[in-house]
Amino acid sequence: MMKTTLTPGQRAGEMSMENVCKTYGADVLTKEVLKDCSFTLEKGRLTVLVGPSGCGKSTLINVLAGYEKPTSGRVSLDGEPVTGPGPDRLVVFQETALFPWMTTFENVSYGPRVRKELSGRELADTTMQLLKMVGLEDFAGKYPSQLSGGMQRRAELVRAMINHPKVMLMDEPFRGLDAMTRSLMQEYYVRLFEEHRGTNLFVTSELEEGIFLADRLVILTNHPCRVKKIMDVDLPRPREFSVMGSPEYLDIKREALELLHEEAMKSFAAGAVNAADFLEAYSKMGEEQARPKAGKDDGEGQRVTRTGSAYENH
Amino acid sequence: MPFETPDNPGTQLSSVAQTWTRMKHWLGSPSPYLNLLGLCGFVAVWYVTTEVFNLPLFNKLPGPKATFTEWLSADPLYGISFYTMEYYQHIGISTWRVFQAFMLATALGVPIGLFMGWKATFKDYTFPLLEVLRPIPMLAWVPLSILMWPGREASIIFLTFLGSFFATVLNTLLGVESIDEAYFRAAASLGASEKQIFYKVIVPGSLPFIFTGLQISMGYAWFSLVAGEMLAGEFGLGYLIWNSYTLVQYPVIIIAMITLGVIGSLSSLIIRLVGDKLMQWKVREVA
Ligand SMILES: Nc1ncnc2c1ncn2[C@@H]1O[C@H](COP(=O)(O)OP(=O)(O)OP(=O)(O)O)[C@@H](O)[C@H]1O
Ligand SMILES: [Mg+2]
Repeated sequence: MMKTTLTPGQRAGEMSMENVCKTYGADVLTKEVLKDCSFTLEKGRLTVLVGPSGCGKSTLINVLAGYEKPTSGRVSLDGEPVTGPGPDRLVVFQETALFPWMTTFENVSYGPRVRKELSGRELADTTMQLLKMVGLEDFAGKYPSQLSGGMQRRAELVRAMINHPKVMLMDEPFRGLDAMTRSLMQEYYVRLFEEHRGTNLFVTSELEEGIFLADRLVILTNHPCRVKKIMDVDLPRPREFSVMGSPEYLDIKREALELLHEEAMKSFAAGAVNAADFLEAYSKMGEEQARPKAGKDDGEGQRVTRTGSAYENH
Repeated sequence: MPFETPDNPGTQLSSVAQTWTRMKHWLGSPSPYLNLLGLCGFVAVWYVTTEVFNLPLFNKLPGPKATFTEWLSADPLYGISFYTMEYYQHIGISTWRVFQAFMLATALGVPIGLFMGWKATFKDYTFPLLEVLRPIPMLAWVPLSILMWPGREASIIFLTFLGSFFATVLNTLLGVESIDEAYFRAAASLGASEKQIFYKVIVPGSLPFIFTGLQISMGYAWFSLVAGEMLAGEFGLGYLIWNSYTLVQYPVIIIAMITLGVIGSLSSLIIRLVGDKLMQWKVREVA
């Protein structure tokens, strides 16, 4: 992979959230989304947030990015309180937010250009270098609508990276991509991270993706969203997909699944209509992880492959 | 373009070549022939109802034969045909009035709409006013506009302007409001100032709605123009229609109506072409 001007570790910041609550609405019509959330995004590490769909993951990102103010609690970056959005914390959004009216080149160079940090040749060179890094150099003059989903995500990644953010906030960036593109993007992303070692937060509702990427795994609860457990993921780097067959990976997965299962049970105890479907889906996930464990002795034959494990549950 | 970006040479066709390819494709598809058939069908029905059977509802109307004979005559019975200067005078005057009014409405309406979408306080001041004035039919403005303006010319242009102004403002405002919040957030995160957000997010983001609005407002402009010319004009296609009615020169009415239709379509087409030019990013060419 091309070396860039982004030297590893440069500008990696530490971000923390202390007792953050976020409530929407006022008076009788309130909705408590975040409740007492506390965690730290450690310097140069990749923290993954896993939680069920609709639990408040995007809300968390919005609070960290400074788009929304927490109802109470503290958000800080390197000790300084966060008061609004800024180029030191950049978000890669759940839905693509490349400006459709700008070419890939104009999109990627947008940050340094509006802040007037780089201009002319220098800006063009840096931009092209980053585009090369993600294999988009031939698409510099194309508009987002002319790029595939995976290309759009890569363009968005470098649009953030060109600003040397202290923290990258990724809000389910690979949701909606097809399985093939998705695993390519995961590999791409994990390589970028391992090369640059910036502080990253990656939000996902897919546990397998989460463990594969993570240094630390934060498991969230639903209604309201709290931190249920923070787990360290000490799998070797550089990460390869083959790690997903290792006993360490499977142990983490089993523990995380149990926690998520507990959450699912809790929210359905109240008598939700789709309880049966969800429980079935979750118990399938349980079987899935039990299988390779049983086959640990006979080695290779039962190794969980990427396609075999990550997508069938969905 | 402030920056050079490398293009893929070879994949880029010149715009003339592109238009030509599209044209060939269009001629190869059934639609131009169906278009033609539809038009001919209409003329046939017109002919049969008026000139063949002289049906009760249609017996006072001029038929296509009478109309086109007049229109194509070098020495027309009522003085209006392709060969008379007067015909082009009426067209020229009407078009010029619409052009002035439409340009004025666009030059005022688009910035006001953008500003209403950008600054919530400004919208709070102006939106109710817009919503009360907008539904007032153009004809209701005729007396006021005659009282207000010294000459007929100014009052006709004013009426035409009003017709298109409100549509332009409203569509521009809707355009700003249609822009996804994520773009504002992305721009704010990347460090764009308010002004930069205005020029790089609000303006381009609302262009699709603005151009749809301009096509609608062009239609309103012609509508209001004809109303104004019928009541207060001395020239123009609207005046020509009304005058021909009072003088019992019926084929001229049809000539002026068809002319209005054709010019109206052309002006709408021009707006669409300008819009396509400004919004290259909406045109999905082959990558
Ligand atoms: N501006 C808002 N006003 C009121 N409620 C909101 C607002 N934004 C989000 N919510 C509610 O907060 C909850 C969490 O939403 P959020 O988008 O953060 O979840 P999520 O985990 O990102 O979901 P998804 O998996 O769909 O991306 C939802 O129930 C949503 O309805
Ligand atoms: Mg979300």
